[in-house]
Amino acid sequence: MTEPITLTVNGLDYPVDVDMGRNLLSVLRTEIGLTGTKEGCDDSECGACMVLLDDQPVNSCSYLALQAEGKSVTTIEGVMPADGLHAIQRSLLEEGGVQCGFCTPGIIMSTRALLDGNPSPSEEEIRIGLSGNLCRCTGYAKILAAVIRTASDN
Amino acid sequence: MSFAIAGSLDEALAALAVGARPIAGGTDLVVGARQGKAPLPASLVAIDRLDELAHIESRDRGIRIGAMVTHSQLMIDQMIVSGYTALADAAALVGSPSTRNIGTLGGNVMNASPAMDTGAPLMVLGAVAQLRSARGSRTVELSDLWTGPGQTSAETEELCVAIDLPPRPARSGSAYVRLEYRRAMEIAIVGAAASVTLADDGTILGGAVALSAVAPTIIEVDDAGALMTGHLPDAAAAAVATAASDVARPISDLRASDTYRRHTVGVMAARAVDAAARRAAGEEIGVPVNRAIGVGASR
Repeated sequence: MTEPITLTVNGLDYPVDVDMGRNLLSVLRTEIGLTGTKEGCDDSECGACMVLLDDQPVNSCSYLALQAEGKSVTTIEGVMPADGLHAIQRSLLEEGGVQCGFCTPGIIMSTRALLDGNPSPSEEEIRIGLSGNLCRCTGYAKILAAVIRTASDN
Repeated sequence: MSFAIAGSLDEALAALAVGARPIAGGTDLVVGARQGKAPLPASLVAIDRLDELAHIESRDRGIRIGAMVTHSQLMIDQMIVSGYTALADAAALVGSPSTRNIGTLGGNVMNASPAMDTGAPLMVLGAVAQLRSARGSRTVELSDLWTGPGQTSAETEELCVAIDLPPRPARSGSAYVRLEYRRAMEIAIVGAAASVTLADDGTILGGAVALSAVAPTIIEVDDAGALMTGHLPDAAAAAVATAASDVARPISDLRASDTYRRHTVGVMAARAVDAAARRAAGEEIGVPVNRAIGVGASR
C-alpha cells in the first residue's frame, strides 16, 4: 500500500507515492531523480547517503521517507550553486580530497552542517563532525585539509 | 500497513492502544528491518514531533528527561554535563553525529540492547522510566524494565515518555567508559558506568557501578557501593574491577570472546570509578571520558 505525500527537497515540493517501508534515499534517487545522494552500505555506517533534515545530517538510507513529510530535506544538489562550485566543493578539489568521489556528496553534507553550526571548528571537532562518513580512497588527511581550508576561507 | 505522524501525546497513545508501534528516530527500527533482524511493524506511529517529550526539565526532586531528547541534546546540556556526566559521556559515544541527531534517549532505553551506551549511566544515576498508555501511567525501575536482549516489561500499548533522575549529592561525580575498536559508529565491546560520592577526607562515601554488553541486559554490580565505601578511589577501583569481572556473564561473538569481555569489563569499571572520583573531587574531565583521556580511557 502506498501513501501520497509531499516531500520538500531543496526548497521544492515533490508529490510522491511511497510504501511505508521505503527509505528516504530510494525516494530521492528513484522518484525525485536526485541521484547525487549515494547508496553505500545501506546500513547507516558509511555516510554516502547523508542528507540534511531540517539542517541536521541524517543517514537517508535508514530514514523512512514517510517520516520526512513536512520537514526540509537538503541534498547535494541543493548545496551546489546554479553556476560554479560551493566553497566546500572547491576546497575538496584543490586539496585533492576527492578520488573516486563516491563518498564526496556525503562528506560535503556533513561538512556543510558542521560549518553552519560551528564556522571555526578545531581539527578534533572536524574529525568528530565527519566521523559518520567513510572514505576508502583518500586516507582522510586531504579531506581534513579541505575542511580546514573551507573554514579559514570563510 | 499504516503510518501516522502523531500530533499529540494522546494521539500517539490512542494509536498504540489499537496496535501501532512507535517510531522516533528510527535508527534501530529501520536499520534492524533493513538488515532483516525484524520486519517493520505493520502499523507505525511517528512520535518524533512530540515537542512536549523533547525537553530536559529541572524538577523539585532531580530532573526529567523527555523520551524524545536526542543524544546530541544530552551531550551538551549543561544540567546533564555538570550533574549527570556519565550520561553525557555515553550520549557523545553513540553512533555518529547523524545518529545522535535523531536517535533519542527513549528509543535507546526501550530498544533494550544489552550493549546500549546510555543504560549503565542511567542505572548508576538512579534513573526510573515513566511509561504511559491511554489507560494510565506508571514508574518502572530500570532493573525491572529490561528483561532480556531487546525485551522490556512494558506492555505494547505503553510508551516511555520520560526518564527521571534524582538530584545529585554534593561532592559526587560519574563517568561512562567503553571499550571500542573504532571511534565512531561503534557498539560497546564492553562498557562501565560509575557514580561516586566522596567524603571530606577523600574516601568514598558511596556509589554504584553498572556494566554494558556483558549480560542479557545492562547489569548493576550489586556490591559495588559496599566495596567502595570507606576506601580511597584507587583501592575502590581495584576492588570494583574484580567484582565487575565476577558478575559479568558475557557471550562470545564476532567482536570479542567471553573471556576477553570478562577481563576488560573489569578494566573499564576501574577506569570509570577513577574518572568518576576525579570528577567528584572537582577535576574537569571533558565529555566523553573516552576522548578526554584516550580510547578506552586509559590514563
